[in-house]
Parts: sequence; C-alpha cells; structure tokens
Amino acid sequence: MNVNYMYSLLAVVVLFLLSYLGVKVGLAPLFGIVIPYLAVAVFLVGVVRRVMGWAKSAVPFRIPTTCGQQKSLPWIRHNKIDNPFTPGGVVIRMILEIVCFRSLFRNTRNAIREGKLVHEWEIWLWAAALAFHYSFLVVVFRHLRLFTDPVPVWVQMVEHIDSFFRFEILTDSFHFGLPAVFLSGFVLLAAVTFLFLRRVLSPAVRYISLAADYFPLFLIFGIAFSGILMRYFSKVNIRNIKELTMGLVTFHPHIPDGVDPVFYVHLFFVSILLAYFPFSKLMHMAGVFLSPTRNLPGNTRAVRHVNPWNYPVPVHTYEEYEEEFREKMIEAGLPVEKE
Amino acid sequence: MSDLPKPNELISKIDRTPPHTGWMDTPVNIRKGMYCYAANPKSVEYVGLPYPHAWNPVEEDWHLPENWKEILHEGFKVRLERFRSFKVFMDICVRCGACADKCHFFIGTGDPKNMPVLRAELLRSVYRNDFTTAGKILKRIAGARPLTMDVLKEWWYYFFQCTECRRCSVFCPYGIDTAEITIMGRELLNLLGLNIDWVATPVANCYRTGNHLGIQPHAFKDMIDFFVDDIESITGIRVEPNFNKKGADILFITPSGDVFADPGTYTCMGYLMLHHFLKEKYGLDITWSTYASEGGNFGFFTSHETMKRLNAKMYAEAKRLGVKWILGGECGHMWRVINQYMDTMNGPADFLEEPVNPITGTRFENARSTKMVHISEFTADLIKHGKLDLDPSRNDNLVVTFHDSCNPSRGMGMFDEPRYVIQNVVKNFYDMPANTIREQTFCCGSGAGLNAGENMELRLCGGLPRAMAVKHVHEKYGVNMLATICAIDRAALPTLMEYYLPDVRVTGVTELVANALILPGEQERTTNLRGEPLPGMEEEE
Repeated sequence: MNVNYMYSLLAVVVLFLLSYLGVKVGLAPLFGIVIPYLAVAVFLVGVVRRVMGWAKSAVPFRIPTTCGQQKSLPWIRHNKIDNPFTPGGVVIRMILEIVCFRSLFRNTRNAIREGKLVHEWEIWLWAAALAFHYSFLVVVFRHLRLFTDPVPVWVQMVEHIDSFFRFEILTDSFHFGLPAVFLSGFVLLAAVTFLFLRRVLSPAVRYISLAADYFPLFLIFGIAFSGILMRYFSKVNIRNIKELTMGLVTFHPHIPDGVDPVFYVHLFFVSILLAYFPFSKLMHMAGVFLSPTRNLPGNTRAVRHVNPWNYPVPVHTYEEYEEEFREKMIEAGLPVEKE
Repeated sequence: MSDLPKPNELISKIDRTPPHTGWMDTPVNIRKGMYCYAANPKSVEYVGLPYPHAWNPVEEDWHLPENWKEILHEGFKVRLERFRSFKVFMDICVRCGACADKCHFFIGTGDPKNMPVLRAELLRSVYRNDFTTAGKILKRIAGARPLTMDVLKEWWYYFFQCTECRRCSVFCPYGIDTAEITIMGRELLNLLGLNIDWVATPVANCYRTGNHLGIQPHAFKDMIDFFVDDIESITGIRVEPNFNKKGADILFITPSGDVFADPGTYTCMGYLMLHHFLKEKYGLDITWSTYASEGGNFGFFTSHETMKRLNAKMYAEAKRLGVKWILGGECGHMWRVINQYMDTMNGPADFLEEPVNPITGTRFENARSTKMVHISEFTADLIKHGKLDLDPSRNDNLVVTFHDSCNPSRGMGMFDEPRYVIQNVVKNFYDMPANTIREQTFCCGSGAGLNAGENMELRLCGGLPRAMAVKHVHEKYGVNMLATICAIDRAALPTLMEYYLPDVRVTGVTELVANALILPGEQERTTNLRGEPLPGMEEEE
C-alpha cells in the first residue's frame, strides 16, 4: 500500500469527519460562515502573492521551446503557431495550450518490443485531463445559481445544455433523473476516478507521485460525490442552501434551519480546496500563463530581448590573445594589430 | 568499446520497472561507464570559476568547503529571483507523467531518475524544503527533503545525464523545460567546483585560444592549410581562405570540432570550397578568425555567465575586423546560444549591418538584430536562386536521412532549410519516422558536454532511440548516410552507428553540398572529399 496515497486519503476522511461531526455538535456557523470566508481570503491573497512572486522574478532570456518551422526565408512555410514570431502568434499558441491542452495532445507512449522502439499515440491522458477541467469549469459555473438572484440567463443556458441528455429512472421506490441530470458532475467524477486509477496503476506514474498529487484528487472526488449525493439522492432543500450562500455573497451571513449536514461537508471540502490551492501544484492554473518556454515569441534574432540584470563579465580580449600568441601568428603569416 | 555489452544485450538489459524503494529512499549509485571524470582544477582555476579542487566522483569525500550547503542555498535563492523560468518550473509541475518516457536516457536506461519529471524533482524536493511554507511544515508529505551529501551526489550524477535537448518540454502541458532545470542544477554544482572535465577543460581552452581544443593560432591555420592541400588533390583547385582579414564582407564562425576530427573535417573542407566558389564567382569575401575560432560554447553547459564570457568573442571579433555580418557553421548548441542568448548577452550588434545576401539580394529579416545567419539558411537561399553550380549525381551512391539536432530544432525551429539543401544535392533522401524527427527529434545522446570516452555506456544508452530510428530507414530504404548540422553529432553519431549500425556513416550537410559543387575550372573529380571513388568512377581507380 502506497504511503503517499494513504496519507491523502486519511486527510480527506479526517476532513469529512471534522465537518460532519462538527455540524452535528452545533458548529454550523464555523463551517458555514467562518471557514468559507477565511478560505476565500486565503485563496485570493495566496494566489495574488504567488503570481506576484513569479512576476517579480526576471525573464532574462527569450527561450521558447520551438515546436515548428522557424520564420526564415520567404519561400519556406513558417509555422506561425508552434514557433510564433509575433505577439499575435504567441496569443494563439497560448490559447491553444490553455483551451485545448495542445502539448498534452501530442503525447505518445513508447516501448521496446522485439528489439525495436515502438511509438504509439497516447490520447487518454489528454482526454481525461480535458474532461476533468471542462466538467469542473461547468460545475463551478452552474454553482453561480447559488450566488446570484435572479439567476442570469447565461447560467441558465449552461444548465440547459448541461442537462441536454435526459436520464431518468423512475420507479415507485426509486427516483433518479428528477431533477434533471447534469452531465458535468458525473463526467467530473469519472475523470477524477480515471486520473486516480492512472496514478496508482501505471508503475511509472505511481513512482513519481507524491501525497500532494493524491490529496487534491481525493478532495475533488469528495466534492463531486457529496454534490451528487445531495442533488440526486438525499435531495436536500435547495432553498435553505441558497439562503445561506446568498447571505455569504451579500455579506449578511446567517445559518438557516434545516440545511443537510452533507452540505456542510461539501462546503468544507470546497473551502479546503480553495485554501490549499495557492500552496500547491494547483497553481499550474496561473503558472501556465507565465511559462517562458510558451509565452514568448521565437524572434530573438530579429528583435533584441533585454535582460534586466545583464552585468559585465570578464572576457579574454583580442589584445590579450594577440599579446600571448603574437610571434607565432607573425611566423604563420597571420595579420596582427601590433607588429 | 571492448568492455561494453553487445547492442542486443544492452537493449535487453533495459528494465523500466521502478525500484521497490521510493525515489527519495533510493540512494544514487555512481556507476562506471555512466559518468564523466571530474573537472581538472587547473581548468576551473584558469577561468576563475569557484572552488577549483581535486576530487573524484566515486570517492566518499568530495572535499567540499565547510559551508557548501549555505553556498547552494544562496545560489538557489539568487537563481529563483533571476530566472522566472526556474521559479515557475519549481512550482507548477503536476507530475502528470507526460514527459516520463520522452527522454532518450530514460528509454535507454530505464532508470526512473532519468524521467524528466524526477530529474526536476531532485531540485524541487530541496526547493520545497528550503523555500516553501508547505515544505517547511509538512516535510516529506509535501515532497520536501533536506539537502544532504547524497542528494548533492544525485544532482551531480543526473544533471550530467541530461543533454539539455528539450524533447520533454515539447510534451509538457506547461512547457516545463528540463534544460532549464539542468542548466540551473549545473550552475549550482559549479559553485562548488563540481564540473566534469569534458566541459571544464574545453571552456578553459576556448577562453585562452579561442577554441575548445586549445589549438593556437598558427596551428589552427596549419590545420586548415592541410584541408587546402586535400581539396587541391581532389579538385585541382587551390582555395585560399582568409584569416583574421580586416574589411572582409563576412566573418565565418563554426565549431572547432570540424577542424579537428573526422567526419567533421570533410564538412570543414566543404565550407572552404563553398567560400572559394562564392569568391571566384561573385567576389564574396569571407574570413575565418583564429581568435573567435569556436562556434560551440561549452560555457552554456557551465553557467550563464561562462556562456556570455565565451560568446563575447564573436561580436568583439566582428567589430574588430569590420565585417558586415556573421555567418555561422553547422553546430547545435552554438545555434541555441546565437538564437536565444547572444544578442541579449553581448548585443546590440549595432556596428554590423542587417544581413543581406549580396549574391541573391535576400534580406535575412529573421536575423536583423543578431546579424548572424546560419549556413543552411544561406546555402538554401543560394540554391533557391540558382547561384550554385551543382552536380548531385556525385552523391548518387548515398541514401541519406537527416538527423535534426536538438538545439536547432527545439531552440530555433530549423527544419526545412537543411532538408531543402540536402534534397538539392542528393538524389536519395528519406526522413526517419515522424516521432523521431523535427521537434520530436531524439538526441545523439552525447550533447551538453557528455561526449566523453569514459561515459560510453551512457552515451550508447542515450543514443539508442536515434539509432533505432536510423535502423528503421536503413532497413526500409537502404539508408547509408546520416546527415546532420551539428558538430557534436558528427563527433558522437559515428560511434553510435559503429555500435548499432556499422553500415551507416555520418556527414555534415555542407560536405554533401561540396561534393556536388562544381568549382570554376576544376579537374574531373574521381573521388569525393573522403577520397572514396565517386559513383561510376570505381573501375577507373
């Protein structure tokens, strides 16, 4: 059994118990008001500080990883996206990177079989990563319903699309599919599960994984699972919950009666995720924008890049060189400055 | 190579199963054949780099200064402030594993610490311990570990098992570039005098004599004169290269490896013949320099500062000689430095002119600030405008493939220029499979200063993916010549081919050009530059 994975699982179980039991003993204001506010504050301050920290570091050289034909002679077809020459090209490269995970899309897998190195296209990591991030985005977006009154049309539109496919199981004893099934929540759960399984089942990925890689997966699994539980199974009273969330967002927080304890677990998990975010690898969300191998144009030979800390260095000058070798140079018929 | 395993033994030995112990609990084993000898302290001292001292990687005590941990901590801190790349790359890796099997050293050794992600984690673990709140509080759980002698040895072993080829960076969703990580790792090691000799001594030589081999000016001229004689006996034409000539049109700089060792020497003869042709036909005046007689820059494998100190000679010499612009020969990391560092470090080169090919009128707009043009760009332009007299049939006995060198590929994006040149001077050209060329090209396994003799097993492991791709086109199309635009390739790939594929030889692109190039007034050639009979001339020997 993997220690890293156990630590993370244990941490999430402890977090669950803390919030579930905490609310039972009357700590609802702590889990429903204090911690969410603190978490948002830590998230905002933490992310800003981390990004400022990166921004404070210099970019001494322009070092894009060039993944396509450079711009050179006019008759050679330049790859404007993978080796951008202009800021416009960089913007397109970055959009493709951030929106489509273009680099990950290139992924391959190789193995040595019968003495040959075989390469195969490896799409699953890309597909799962894309499914994970987009479903998470839709889920977050849908939750705006709880923080707006009236609910904006565009949030309703996203909900509408998300529930486009109807899944209904309706029997006398078991109801599923009413309210309408949002696909995003289930895709999120499935993608998180895939990413977790990949991490434990692939020996190489398991070997490189830290506790910090499992923890967010378990946490997000917990968030998605508790959300699904509330919506489709325990069918919590959404009106009370909205009362609470609207209180938070309008800075008139109060704890309504009759909110299901599972909701507090859900909210606590989200709070932990927010507070954990700035101190973790989740910062890749902001960092991807600042990666100097992707966000700079490959035009260093045409447009000079300035290094803010470029300092003078000792060099071996031509004069020193000629001083040492003058006689030999003259003998060999090489021109010299001083005869 | 007598004590090396046979190729099939080497391949069957590769095992990707990770060890039972976690990577933090698996101490480094510095193994013979996989590491390079320690830097000669005299070389370190000559260029005034920190803490020159005698030490041996396989000995317990590396004779470090007492405060070595402080030195590294301070060094780490300074670099986090100076390089956003470093800081961001320390923070944002999610360990998705996309890079894991992209490294030629991982493919060739199966050693998990050759997965780019773990190579970076070697530094990251210490970064978390020293510089992050989570790491300070949660320690191992947050993936942090303190810097110890074992960790330092691990750094040294694995940062000199990376050729800074950037292949992993192509696949990383955040563009995390292991070359940056390795560069920083090596800079830190250099703070304690822990370089390898195959880097440190060339650096000292280059600083003093202008080239890595320490060839003094008169000897440099002698070696070129030797090629002049060879060219005369093959073509009947005596070419007359210029040296240190003030007022020449163009300064030519190429790696000194081409002056010294086969088959680079044939590429060097190619340069001389091309220069001569352009002089005779169009009056273009190109000069060599003995002072700036090195294009390659082993300072790049030492520290940013050392790179700048060595590179400074190029512009200084161009200024002294009063040339219009600089033409650069076939070299890999030399072009990474020229393309992404030179102008920033030692520019602006406002004393030079925006490069224009006086023969074709082509303005090299992509080099308008650096004022340095690649020989493949230059030759491709000449061929496109029909300015070279070529007889490609002289290369008819060759079936050629092209090895994209790492740095011109992923640090520049030069793919089609050399291919255009080759296809105009050679009839039979076949590319290797798509996963192994262009931006996905595999390293020769010997770059970034690892082209020594004592680490031969490492080099052969690292070169394995390239060798297998060549084997593929060798079996499918009968490829017998591997062309490249890198001097390290020309030094390293022949060894690799001799080991895996003895039927395939290695050439520079300009050698192929020179074989096809018809010099004005030349005699009928019976041999190529290597003194081997040309196609159709075999019987007349």
